[in-house]
Order: sequence, then structure tokens, then C-alpha cells
Amino acid sequence: MNGLESLYQELILDHSKRPHGKGLADEADHTATSHQRNPICGDEITLRVRVSDDGAEVTEVTWDGAGCSISQASASMLVSLLEEEGGRMPRAETSTLVEGFREALRSRGELPLDEEVFGDAAALSGVSKYTARVKCAMLAWVAFEDAVARA
Amino acid sequence: MVRADFPILGERVNGQRLVYLDSGATSQKPQAVIDAEVAFLTRANSAVHRGAHTLAAEATELFEDARDTVAGFVGARPEQLVWTSGATAGLNLAAYAIGNASVGRGAPASARFALRPGDEIVVTEAEHHANLIPWQELAARTGAVLRHIPVHDDGTLDLEAATAVIGDRTRVVAFTHVSNVLGIVNPVAELVALAQAVGATTVLDACQSAPHLPLDLPALGVDLAVFSGHKMLGPYGVGGLYGRADVLEALPPFLTGGSMITTVTLDEAQYLAPPQRFEAGTQPVSQAIALAAAVRYLQALGMPAVHAHEKTLEARMGAGLRQIDGVRLLGDASTGSATGEPAERVGLWAFDVDGVHAHDVGQFLDSRGVAVRVGHHCAQPLHRRFGLTASVRASTSVYNTADDVDVFLDALSGVRSFFGVSA
Repeated sequence: MNGLESLYQELILDHSKRPHGKGLADEADHTATSHQRNPICGDEITLRVRVSDDGAEVTEVTWDGAGCSISQASASMLVSLLEEEGGRMPRAETSTLVEGFREALRSRGELPLDEEVFGDAAALSGVSKYTARVKCAMLAWVAFEDAVARA
Repeated sequence: MVRADFPILGERVNGQRLVYLDSGATSQKPQAVIDAEVAFLTRANSAVHRGAHTLAAEATELFEDARDTVAGFVGARPEQLVWTSGATAGLNLAAYAIGNASVGRGAPASARFALRPGDEIVVTEAEHHANLIPWQELAARTGAVLRHIPVHDDGTLDLEAATAVIGDRTRVVAFTHVSNVLGIVNPVAELVALAQAVGATTVLDACQSAPHLPLDLPALGVDLAVFSGHKMLGPYGVGGLYGRADVLEALPPFLTGGSMITTVTLDEAQYLAPPQRFEAGTQPVSQAIALAAAVRYLQALGMPAVHAHEKTLEARMGAGLRQIDGVRLLGDASTGSATGEPAERVGLWAFDVDGVHAHDVGQFLDSRGVAVRVGHHCAQPLHRRFGLTASVRASTSVYNTADDVDVFLDALSGVRSFFGVSA
């Protein structure tokens, strides 16, 4: 697999073409929203989370935005991770999750993303070798972290 | 033309020959420029315009010789060239000097530049942020109103609208000679005539013309103009602000401090004549000397020959891009513009690839050794006007070849199938 194909794995292209969770849910009680921009390329995302009545779990993630295939796939994979967990993710785990994702992406190819933890998003491991693209992959996850903090 | 003079072009990128098509962002440097900076730092480095020792005298002489050379390159006299750290610094200098005049600094000579609430500053829709935001800020500080000249769908300026926008209240008209996104040479003479008819000061961004066209700033008739060293084969950290002699004479300084004064008391200071009035503090000495080497290199090639070479590349690239499915050129005025004439261009094309984001296009081309710019190129309003947030830009310089263009076109023709947008 050459460099380009390890970056743009089939799973990434699939997610970017058929994104999960794209289309913002309406604002409601227990929702919080974050808007993030990458000033270098102008990519942007608006991401909304909904938490359970007791605030202990994230129960929905939706988003809208425009950007490269990496940024679109990354947002979609975040949503599919929540879907794989039955649509409920303990709020307490979200910061560890985002921190682990960030650490792997900044590792310049040293730390692969564990599929057991990150699901489809593990396919983004290759991005960490392309420092100029790390922000593309991080955009949705930064928005997620910020929205959860506001919820 | 001269590939062998540029050592970096011998580098391999991702195992491929480097095809550098990002000179609009920054140009590569010929060995003569690298050598000039090293030679100064190795043999003559010293503080300029101070000190009585031999090296100080030699450094000052080299620094002022560099000013002669670079001023001559744009048709100006040395006292008409102010060193800056780059074009952004030059444009901010112009905006802040006018702002200082607006609060009475430098009066009475500077009074003709003073802005009052309701006065108008005019820019174009195609400006780089560096020739937009300083004017937004100046308008906010003075109560002036910022207006703009729109561009047509084909990328040319709407001169009919310009006639309406530039009016009695217009005090400043700031515009780019060549858009860093569209590559089209703007009609400087027409805009200067409109500005002069209402007594407005003209400010020209010559960043994308100075490296590519014969440039005679006094003949263009603009009051102020800026250019950037690193885009014209020179080093980073140096640029030029050109001014008509009477304009520089009348403007108050922006940055103040050492090396720009005659007499200083604890209460006030008297300032030197231009260009030193605008050169407070330590100057980019080794960079200016290396920029002079870049200018001599361009002069040896001959700017008419440089322009002709790049026109050939631009035409080849434009024709090739039009053949690739899904590619939309930004500002393609070569097939009948609003003026009825093909627009004059430099070797620069920005484009959108249907279904593939600019970042992904750039990454794909990089894997083939082709370096292009992706993003909004510091021109968000212009991208918004074309319904985009980002585009891909390929830009040439003296060292590019027809083969570079062909490698780029061949690589680009595979991008949509790689991303599964076309068969």
C-alpha cells in the first residue's frame, strides 16, 4: 500500500461520501453546540450533542459542515462510534476518548489508533504521518469535546 | 529557463522529481541569492547607518547599493524605496501613516491624507487579506467607510461599478496589480485615472506582478506600492514600499524609534526625510542585500523574457486544465471577458475540482511530487464570491518548464477517479 492509499483508506472515502450523523438535529433541552473552523483552509463544522436527562451520557451527535474527505470522514466515524456503542456513551469517557485520539494523531505515526476503542476511526491512524492533515481529522473531535463541555 | 540555478529543484519529494508550482506563495531561491546573503554575513556583517568602523561603512554601502538596485528594478529612485519586512508590513505602514495623518500628525503637510468620518476607502473584491484588513481597521479608527469594486464572473474587475464606487468622498483606492487567486493583470491606468479625478491616494499591491512582469511604478502613476522579497526569488523578511516623492515627504511615520530621527528631546522628536523616516529600528540588512542579488538575477534574464516564458506556461496550463473533466477555473477571462478582450495574465491558475476538496487534490498531487497551494489563499471574500471556501492554485516562476506543467496536468487528470468521483 503506497503512502497515499494508506492515508485515504477505502473506509475513509466511504465515510466521506456517505457520512453518518450529517444534518444537525434541532436544538432542544440537553443539547449543546460547538462551531469550529480551520483557519488555514476555511473548513468548518457545527456539531451538536444531546445528553441524557441526568447528564451522565451522550445520547446523540449530529453535525454539519464542509471540508476535505479526512475531516468529513472523521466526523462521520465519531458518530458511528457512538452508534456502535448502542447510541449511548458515558460522558465521563468522552474526554479520555478525545485525548487518546489527539495523542495518536500527533504521534507522527508512532501510536496507532486501537480499533477496539475507536472503531472505524482507527482507519485515521495514517493521518498522523501527515502533520498538515492532523487538524482536518481533529476538527470534529475538538467540536465534540467542546460541545460536551457545554452540555 | 534556468532550473539548474535553483538547488532545491534537484531535491526529490516522495521519491519523485519536485515539480514546484507554488511560487505565488513563495518562490525558490537561486544559488546567487543564497550566496549573497551568506557572503554578507560571512564577510561584511555590521550595523548600518551607525558606527565609524570599516565594517560598518562597508555594510552601509552594500545596504544602500541594494536600495539603488531594487528601486531601479521598479523604475524608482532610491529615496522612493522604503525597506519593510514584507508587503503586509508595507500595507500596514501605508494605512497607519494615513491614520496618523487623520489625527493631525505631520500637519500641515499631511492634511491632504487625513480621513474624516464619511470619507471612503475603496478596495476590490479580489484583495489578499493583507490589502483588505489594514483598510478595515483604518476605516474603523477614523469613521471612514470601506467600499469595494466587484469582480465579474470571469475574474475581471467591474470597471463600470468602479466608476460608480469611486466618487467625491473617496480618499484612498487600494488594489492589487495581479490577484493572487485570479492571476489577471488589473487595469492600473484606468483605476489610477478614476482615483486621480477625485484626488484619492492610490495604493498598489504589486506582490504578484513584481516577480513576473516588467514593472515601472512611476509610469503606472500610483502613489504608493508594495512588493514582497520572498516571492521574487529573494529571502524572507524583506519587502519594499515605493512612494511618489511628494507623498512620502508629506506622510507622517508609522513605526518610530531609532534611526529615523534628527533631534530628540524628552518631549518630542524631529524626523528624517524619507525613506529613513519610515525605517525605525534594525533593518533587514542581509535580506535586502540578498534581494538585490535576486533583482540582478531577474534583470539578467530580462523581465520581458520572464513574462514571455511564463505566458507560455500559463497558456499551456490553462488549455490543459480546461480539458480535464470537473475542473472549473476561477477567473477564466481568456475566452471572452466582460471587456471583450482576453485578460492579460501571469502564470497562475486557481481552480475547483468538482467532488474533490482542494485539500485532497493537493495531497494527491503531492504524492506525485507536485507542490501546489490549497485553501483560500488569504482571499476569503473572493472565494465566497465564487461559492467556494477553498481552491487549488498552481503558480509558476522563471524556473518552471513545460514538462512541469505536463506532469501537473497528468497527475491532476487522475484525481477524480482516485477519489471515486468519476470512472
